[in-house]
Amino acid sequence: MDSELTRMTAAGIAALVAAGEVSAVEVAAAHLDRIEAVDERVHAFLHVAADSALRAARAIDDRRAAGQPLGPLAGVPLALKDVFTTTDMPTTCGSRILEGWRPPYDATVTGRLRRAGIVILGKANMDEFAMGSSTENSAFGPSRNPWDLSRVPGGSSGGSSAAVAAFEAPLAIGTDTGGSIRQPGAVTGIVGVKPTYGGSSRYGVVAFASSLDTPGPLARTVLDAALLHEAMSGHDPCDSTSVDAPVPPVVAAARQADVSGLRIGVVTELNGEGYQPGVITRFTEAVELLESMGAKVTEVSCPHFGYALPAYYLIAPSECSSNLARFDAMRYGLRVGDDGTRSAEEVMSLTRAAGFGAEVKRRIILGTYALSSGYYDAYYGKAQQVRTLITRDFEKAFEQVDVLVSPATPTTAFPIGERADDPMAMYLADLCTIPSNLAGNAAISVPCGLAPEDGLPVGLQVMAPVLADDRMYRVAAAVEAALGQRRGHPLLDEANGLGEARPGQEGRR
Amino acid sequence: MTETITAVPYDEAIARYEPLIGLETHVELGTITKMFCGCPAAFGAEPNAAVCPVCLGLPGSLPVTNRSAIEYTIRIGLALNCSIASWCRFARKNYFYPDMPKDYQISQYDEPLCTDGWLDIVVDGIDFRVGIERVHMEEDTGKSLHVGGATGRIHGADYSLVDYNRSGIPLVEVVTKPVPGTGTLAPVVARAYVTELREVLRALGVSDVRMEEGSLRCDVNTSLAPRGASQWGTRTETKNVNSLRSVERAVRSEIERQAAVLDAGGRVIQETRHFHEESGLTTSGRSKEEAQDYRYFPEPDLVPVAPAAEWVEQLRATLPELPSARRARLQAEWGLSDLDMTALGNAGALDLVADTVTAGATPADARKWWLGELSRHANESGTELAALAVTPAQVARIAAIVASGALNDTLARQVLEGVLAGQGSPDEIVAARGLAVVSDDATLLAAIDAAIAAHQDVAAKIRNGKAAAAGALVGAVMKATRGQADAARVRELILERLGQAYPLRDP
Repeated sequence: MDSELTRMTAAGIAALVAAGEVSAVEVAAAHLDRIEAVDERVHAFLHVAADSALRAARAIDDRRAAGQPLGPLAGVPLALKDVFTTTDMPTTCGSRILEGWRPPYDATVTGRLRRAGIVILGKANMDEFAMGSSTENSAFGPSRNPWDLSRVPGGSSGGSSAAVAAFEAPLAIGTDTGGSIRQPGAVTGIVGVKPTYGGSSRYGVVAFASSLDTPGPLARTVLDAALLHEAMSGHDPCDSTSVDAPVPPVVAAARQADVSGLRIGVVTELNGEGYQPGVITRFTEAVELLESMGAKVTEVSCPHFGYALPAYYLIAPSECSSNLARFDAMRYGLRVGDDGTRSAEEVMSLTRAAGFGAEVKRRIILGTYALSSGYYDAYYGKAQQVRTLITRDFEKAFEQVDVLVSPATPTTAFPIGERADDPMAMYLADLCTIPSNLAGNAAISVPCGLAPEDGLPVGLQVMAPVLADDRMYRVAAAVEAALGQRRGHPLLDEANGLGEARPGQEGRR
Repeated sequence: MTETITAVPYDEAIARYEPLIGLETHVELGTITKMFCGCPAAFGAEPNAAVCPVCLGLPGSLPVTNRSAIEYTIRIGLALNCSIASWCRFARKNYFYPDMPKDYQISQYDEPLCTDGWLDIVVDGIDFRVGIERVHMEEDTGKSLHVGGATGRIHGADYSLVDYNRSGIPLVEVVTKPVPGTGTLAPVVARAYVTELREVLRALGVSDVRMEEGSLRCDVNTSLAPRGASQWGTRTETKNVNSLRSVERAVRSEIERQAAVLDAGGRVIQETRHFHEESGLTTSGRSKEEAQDYRYFPEPDLVPVAPAAEWVEQLRATLPELPSARRARLQAEWGLSDLDMTALGNAGALDLVADTVTAGATPADARKWWLGELSRHANESGTELAALAVTPAQVARIAAIVASGALNDTLARQVLEGVLAGQGSPDEIVAARGLAVVSDDATLLAAIDAAIAAHQDVAAKIRNGKAAAAGALVGAVMKATRGQADAARVRELILERLGQAYPLRDP
């Protein structure tokens, strides 16, 4: 029963809990056992909060026993990326500089999860301050891909994706600044969603790049992602950039799972050279599948997408150079060299030298340079102009089609260590996902099979206009349903990194 | 070292050089809450009691703009004849300092909310129009307290404490354009500008404008150019100028110092200088050459500020009467000369007189009391008029009692002393001290006869028709009655007694 609980969908667990067929405590315990059993190898979690998870689960059971109404995800466990503040757990952002910091306040998303009766199991590993595509930049060691423990689970929300793909949690929350939910979702064979920018609150999300950071759900099914999307989203008066509009009807769209008559555009620029052949194979099949289901597929050019990556690597570092200035040892976190002989400036400098990892320092330096007087116009200013052009590309494209599609990543999961010393190669992992961060529109990655050459998951990215998040759920759910039917079992049953694959059927797709 | 140069006497400096001044004034807005969070913006709480994740800059926290602060800023901009931007943004000013919790300050850079206005002032009867470059919003920093060491500054301190109560208090910075053509009046013009700005802010009710508490802080820019030169000189920015008097002294001191530098063939360094209240001198701070690059960029955590045109017009329509208009109106109502008005302004007595008039006194009485007896008191005790322990209503009451004839001026002054000494209201003091004009003719006549007997020579003059001599006798009678007589009645009785009477009143 316990292992079956960990294999269930969030919707399924919530239904059982609501019906009283299983207690939230049993569900939480099953997942804590699973974490206990596999996380030494997966390293999805930086902090497991067994006591508070069981306490939260017991509260759900009490509410049910008292006949109080439960939300659609009540009693469902979740892994929370360690970038969200939590009053009852440390928040490190994968960095030494925040090691041991216990925030005095909950992020808005944290609070919404708690109020929805979702049981937070612990804090998920991540690239330091969400900078990276592999979790190798975590100061506390990388997480591993449940499909192949020698490979990365993507990043920066790689702890979140690994936890869900390894059945340590049915749900996880991540943040997506340049692809940090969709890319780890894609390479671990799960669903990852970047909602419309401002659709989910950033209050209490330790900032990497403020104009890009977007919290979103990771789950093993499109419907689960949609349920979590609705639970975590909505206007937040504490976040000025939060959208004051109703949450798009994503759950209904996920249930609709229908693409007939929908106009789907294949982005010319996110294809071809530099993409792993097996990724293109599965992507092309997915597009054909959509067409066979009644979608009208055309090719759409977004001519400025080619400049998205360089623009992103000016804007995101610029913002991070300012956002990360506050880690100065004065008020919280690490403090180095405060021996009574040194000035505040020296202590700041020593602390930052010791507390930040190489990638974080690289981006702070890059951003500091890009914002410097005399360089601002050429770098930050120009990048913002490119950003406007990319936004216009999207606007023009969405005049012709309802959604755009592309591969979620150029390649499948790469081996740990392969790109660690090659930042440019690492940055390319976000090639397909970055445009939607720059434009602020919604995008989802949904599994579309395994690449024939390495048997690793491939993600299909579906991009929708700002505040039309529901559209991409329709498409993703349709793809999921059709492929699931064809396959006859969940894709993740084939994951064998932990030596427990149970395909049962022939025909890997 | 420029620091050791002997300053040139002011008149000599002005004879050879033309000064150019500019002022940057920081105003703490009197909003209920801070600029970007819900913490109280009030002054004087226990250290670090008025703080939250936002104004402590904790990781993950986000600012939300205070609408009242925007409204106050627009009102200031309108009062200073500025254009109000229909769309503008906040910017981050990046630098590391322990009292700045985010290590950047949310400010405005190239897109200020208000631009291109002016403020008219009058100095020595000369009109000056001070151009306003911009009025922008920003947040205040925390406050460092350096403990130990001799100077109270960070160097040499044993340790430092930081109070973040002030962090995030809304600030408005009012920046003037360079003010040319002030000549020898430059220091006075600078002071007059800050004075007038303070009056405007006070009239708007947007700040308590207390320089001593730091809710109004001034940076003074000064440069000199040789007379007839085609280019302006290099300016310095003097900080820490925390009183109106200091504004004047700081400009004066910089003119004298820069003249000496230029006389010696040196060049003025573009730098920040600190003003010292005790010496009235400025010393070098950090120079522009080593100045920080603040790496301004638009604040991505905040949406742009886009005040609707209707809102701006509504604010414009509801601006209060501004000080210059009010002064013109009061001057006409009170029938005062320009000189009288200037005297009232210089003494800081305008509001007090106005309030006294409102409380029922005649403008002449109100002016007489505040510029006379009360100004003398203020001077003697070294305080400002407004700080005296007497209210305009009490002054009006004293004037009313005098007008009723129940007190004369001498007695009224005694009543005032009592009020200032905290002994109660004018009526309480009159009652307690038994002060009243002696109007009983029999008592007065006895005193008058005694005075006539004692001053036969004066009495003779009066009998001979020299009524003007009566003053000496009046004085003697007043003295004898310890000031409690009605001097006019005494005079009347003396003249009557000495055969010079004319019927003033019907019997």
